[in-house]
Amino acid sequence: MNESNGDIKKMMIILSKATLENVYAAFVLANGARMEGIEAEMFFTFFGLEAIHKQKLEHLHIATVGNPAMHMPTLLGGLPGVEALATHMMKKEMERIDMPDVHEFLDILKASGVKLWACKLAMDMFHYKKEDLYEDVDGVITVGDFYKQGSGVGTHMLFI
Amino acid sequence: MEKIIAGIPVQVNEEGYLTDFSQWNQAVGTELAQEASIAMTPRHWEVIAYLQKEFKNDVPLSIRKIGKSGVVDIKEFYQLFPMAPLKTASKIAGIPKPVSCI
Repeated sequence: MNESNGDIKKMMIILSKATLENVYAAFVLANGARMEGIEAEMFFTFFGLEAIHKQKLEHLHIATVGNPAMHMPTLLGGLPGVEALATHMMKKEMERIDMPDVHEFLDILKASGVKLWACKLAMDMFHYKKEDLYEDVDGVITVGDFYKQGSGVGTHMLFI
Repeated sequence: MEKIIAGIPVQVNEEGYLTDFSQWNQAVGTELAQEASIAMTPRHWEVIAYLQKEFKNDVPLSIRKIGKSGVVDIKEFYQLFPMAPLKTASKIAGIPKPVSCI
């Protein structure tokens, strides 16, 4: 083992997808790190940006097409309304297990000390401005900046 | 296993959480806080009292519930108990380790 004794000191979590199941996975991992006394920072890139986009974050869906765990024929998953129905059912289940919605989850992450970074390249690609984002995003940075944030012993990176 | 805390023998599990809440008193809590490098203030005790009340009512604790408690917000909770706040505060409060992921 190295000088950190193998302890995890910081989690750097990259979110590149906007499907609800991926967004929640990233949020739970970041929040769970803070609950254990581990630092956490998130980098939102490509479609992951939708999770911090003011107008879009309330309207994220789960994927019913191309998701074998839905146990649903691909054709059926693509019918109008199916994705919305599946999303509605999942949101109800989440409320039951005390899972916050996306906006409230972002509030919890910020209050817990998680840093939220938007990817500059993806922002340019989608023509998003800083004002389009959730108000407590820490900044718009490059990949290089994000790596710099993660320097130090005991840092782990995770790509979702 | 048995551990002497604040001069009295109390039952704890392998992670140091009290297994019998009736053995808890403020002196025990103060010593457990010292082990976690926390100097208790009246504000800390208010939060501890809230956690103990929820435990007695069989309410499972989570960071989200703490935020909605009206007793403390999440930001202050992390300031009061900086490292792993829910676990640390539960240990000081003499209640079991919380099992929530959120």
